[in-house]
Amino acid sequence: MKYKDYYGILGVKRDANADEIKTAYRKLARKYHPDVSKEADAEAKFKEMSEAYETLKDPEKRAAYDQLGTHRPGQDFRPPPDWGEHFAQGQSGFEDVDLSDLFAGLAGRAGRRGGARADRAMPGSDYEAVVRISFDQAFHGTEIDLELSALEWDPDGGMRRVPHRVRTRIPRGVTNGEKLRVPGKGGKGINGGPDGDLYLDIEVADHPLYRVSGNDLYIDLPLAPWEATLGTSVELPTPAGAVTLRVPPGTRAGQQLRLSGRGMTRGSGAAGHLYALVRIEVPTVVDDAQKALYRQLAESSNFDPRAHLAKEAK
Amino acid sequence: MIAPLQDAVRFDSITEVTWTQLVKASGMDEAELAELVRYGALEPRDPSAPTWTFESHWLLVARNASRLRRDFDLDPHGVSVVLSFLDRIEALEAELRALRAQVG
Repeated sequence: MKYKDYYGILGVKRDANADEIKTAYRKLARKYHPDVSKEADAEAKFKEMSEAYETLKDPEKRAAYDQLGTHRPGQDFRPPPDWGEHFAQGQSGFEDVDLSDLFAGLAGRAGRRGGARADRAMPGSDYEAVVRISFDQAFHGTEIDLELSALEWDPDGGMRRVPHRVRTRIPRGVTNGEKLRVPGKGGKGINGGPDGDLYLDIEVADHPLYRVSGNDLYIDLPLAPWEATLGTSVELPTPAGAVTLRVPPGTRAGQQLRLSGRGMTRGSGAAGHLYALVRIEVPTVVDDAQKALYRQLAESSNFDPRAHLAKEAK
Repeated sequence: MIAPLQDAVRFDSITEVTWTQLVKASGMDEAELAELVRYGALEPRDPSAPTWTFESHWLLVARNASRLRRDFDLDPHGVSVVLSFLDRIEALEAELRALRAQVG
């Protein structure tokens, strides 16, 4: 088991009183709570500090933690021989558990002692997992295999970490940051209590071409000046396969050409749209013959793109 | 052994959850959760019904509420205020995403 320095994580001395610990935690929570923080590793940092606070704010757990002695953070260690007797009766092996599990175990045991009869039905706890998928997986829906690590109680009151495998189908049209629920795939209920649920936090990787806004998708459509002026047909990729898009004559930069129903589909709902955002690209290298053509065009055209400037400035 | 395939379900406005499910999923005290309903931070389909039911997306709000309550040591009123700020941030972020998608 790896040692974690809970006092160091909160930045307090080992003899800090309850108020000092609470203040240190609150200060850090304001900075690192995932709901308020923009720090890159806020989530991991917050998890670490709330684990430290959960243990140190509770006098019984703090005493148990102090009895583990002082080690270097990350150092492999075993609780002293009599530690299990005092704080984790029945726990023999400490190899398969994390330091935080020991203290979660303490709380669980207290809960069982106080009021909970051995035969009382208890619901399983809910699990949470982050799932990273590609844009294509999000668009079409996908099946994923998850391997989690779950804390399991032995009949004799000990605990260990066991692999918890879940195969689940992600529906089509999920978006970055969306949460999903897999019913009954959390922790096992005890004595006939219902199983917990598994909550999935979906992270969808950016696509190099498509940008997502709700159910709609946006793609850049670069056109040459003559294509925009004269109109053209272009082959445009869409997540469901390439389509031919007709660009009408006189298309302007910034215009959005809508491909109806080519966006994301959420469940059985109506599909969003795909918008091709027009950009006019100008060739930077032109030879003498092409320059002559441009000059000829400039002389024959009475188009004034800045007509409104003179008008509005008056 | 291959584990059976299980559907992951969305939180939406179609699926309904009961008050009991909401209380269980939040892990919060029932009286405190009822306080959040009184402050308008959680909206039952019919607040005057003898037993409340909710659109399933309120389950996520209830879980958020419970997390804020625990992580910041907030009382239910404080939780309801923070929830309304988070709601506004989410709406602004969605608007920003939409604008960024359109600008490219």
